[in-house]
Amino acid sequence: MAEGLQTEVKTNPQGDVITATEAPKAKEKENKAAKQRVVTPEYLFFEAPRTKTFITGSEAAKEAIRRANVDIAISYPITPQSETMQQVGYLYAEGYLKDYYRGEEEYGVMSAVAGASRAGVRALTATAGPGLMRGMEVITSWPGGRMPLLLLVVCRVINAPLAIQPDNVELSYLLNSGVIVFHAENQQDFYDFPLKAYMISEKCEVTLPVAVAVDGFFVTHARGWVELPPDDIKLPPRECYHEAVPMMDNENPPARLSRDAPIQKSNFISYQMHASWQQEIWAAQDRARPWIKKYMGGLIEVVNPGAETMIVASGSAVSQSREAVRQAGEKGDTIGLVKIRSLRPFPTQELIEACRHAKRIIVPEFNCVGWMAKEVRSALFGQTKAEIVPGPRVFGGMSMPTELILEYLYKTPNEARMTTKPLTV
Amino acid sequence: MKRYNIRMAGIGGQGVVTASHVMSNGVIIAGGESTLVPFFGSEKRMAPVESYVRVAEGRIFEIGEIIYPNVIMIFHTQVITHGKSYTMPFYSGLKDEGVVLINSEKPLELEPDQARELREKKAKVFYIPASKLAAEVAGTELATNMAMAGAVAAVIGLPDLISLEQSVKERFLGKGFVVSGGTASLDNVIEKKFGKKVELIQKNMDVVKAAHKYAVDHKWNDLSVAETAALAAAGR
Repeated sequence: MAEGLQTEVKTNPQGDVITATEAPKAKEKENKAAKQRVVTPEYLFFEAPRTKTFITGSEAAKEAIRRANVDIAISYPITPQSETMQQVGYLYAEGYLKDYYRGEEEYGVMSAVAGASRAGVRALTATAGPGLMRGMEVITSWPGGRMPLLLLVVCRVINAPLAIQPDNVELSYLLNSGVIVFHAENQQDFYDFPLKAYMISEKCEVTLPVAVAVDGFFVTHARGWVELPPDDIKLPPRECYHEAVPMMDNENPPARLSRDAPIQKSNFISYQMHASWQQEIWAAQDRARPWIKKYMGGLIEVVNPGAETMIVASGSAVSQSREAVRQAGEKGDTIGLVKIRSLRPFPTQELIEACRHAKRIIVPEFNCVGWMAKEVRSALFGQTKAEIVPGPRVFGGMSMPTELILEYLYKTPNEARMTTKPLTV
Repeated sequence: MKRYNIRMAGIGGQGVVTASHVMSNGVIIAGGESTLVPFFGSEKRMAPVESYVRVAEGRIFEIGEIIYPNVIMIFHTQVITHGKSYTMPFYSGLKDEGVVLINSEKPLELEPDQARELREKKAKVFYIPASKLAAEVAGTELATNMAMAGAVAAVIGLPDLISLEQSVKERFLGKGFVVSGGTASLDNVIEKKFGKKVELIQKNMDVVKAAHKYAVDHKWNDLSVAETAALAAAGR
């Protein structure tokens, strides 16, 4: 079947052409990985000169992991995340990681990275949509185990009718797990956030897992501008003995949790222990706030502060809102925008402050349940007289047209729901 | 400042995604901004393919599919006649006074409802014989995508021809261009057909220029002049 093709075309056993980006030869790249030098997080984040490149979100994540001094990555394929961990696999081939393998399935993968984290190394995994749901039982046990690690969540539809497009309803399940959750807006964020996530995750007073979520395909598979520092520098390694919970080795038993599981003793002491344990997780989330401010420039970003109408959004909804703000600006209207970078811990105080002048707050979302609108409403309860409009929303991974946000800006929600035609802008 | 949202629809093997890359990269070379999102199911010849391209002289914030395009490019009449498209009808979401560029030697017999809706949208419908131009100029219909890129560049004025030429060069001489399995094997066939990459690039550029000239000759680049003729075509 390949007779029309030139002989150097490589095929797999099924006869499909093998293409994509081949892993560069380990020999020539190995030295490059070994020659990386450790710099301070401050230098890597803020001081190192940056070059502008036009790359996909998955490639941006790869560039982050290249500089993150990661010890082990454990993967399991699921669209649209597969490409991200495939890129990390190339890094392993180039010598940037000490170990990399494919787990059995998500439950196993989430358990395995937990083991790696407890052993004291810097661990990475990524998943998407249904894979996140499958791994969720284990993921909810990470914070209690006080395991610093990084989970990249590439959002996709989880509910039937099933699709592979970027709907982010899955994040609502993650919000109450105790895991720190950042939501990346674009390719640049998907480079910056993972690096910062590791540093925050491993602070002694934090010692929690961090998830960096991003909306699939439209960020991971599309190109955007990303400013990158040189690739010959990397973060300091994990200092596992400086964390809140000692690592598992032959001398130190692990966190008491796994030695004397409190669930097996139904008495007052065990209930109290469980309560204090959970309180400590959420207190640790709060203690992450100063580090998020230091490394990420705050839990939120505000565009046009003080505007009467504010849009509050996270992830891709921010990009769409920026365009709506730009178009409204062309008409002479100033619309404010709050980008929420950190979903957990949630920026309650920042949001109250940013919405102090607002008369109307619009919450565009890429999911059907409106989890962000609920977050915003509970954060602002009793703090604002503004009308909080829970929408617009798109479902099943559809992109949100800017026109839809503009409808909500220029019409009341009821009118917006009744109309069938887009507003001409 | 110019700003266009373009939806390209065609069928597998025509190079719709390649055209969008060439177009998008051309705009970036010209100093503008551009993003693109390809959209297709399993990669195979004759299956529906869409690609969404945003081009602008200013910042682009939006991501994802383009639901309300200003410009729609139809690379194959089967998109319309056989419904080979993810977006039905082919003009759905087209903004008022938007442009529809169709690869066809003669105007299509549209359903009365479709013709009426296009009229109501004041759509400017242009028929470009892209495959014919490709066959005449490059000796193969495989360059249809280049003709479409050349024509749309003339209509919207982005990118300029020099930047588009540079983009075609980069596409084939490549700097780490990531292609899919299907595209890679097709590239191989094309390269063999032309013998040399230099010749391949030259032929592709000739097609781009021919289609660009065709559009300019028909005054499609001056949208006010073109309007009357286009409305007549849409109203058939």
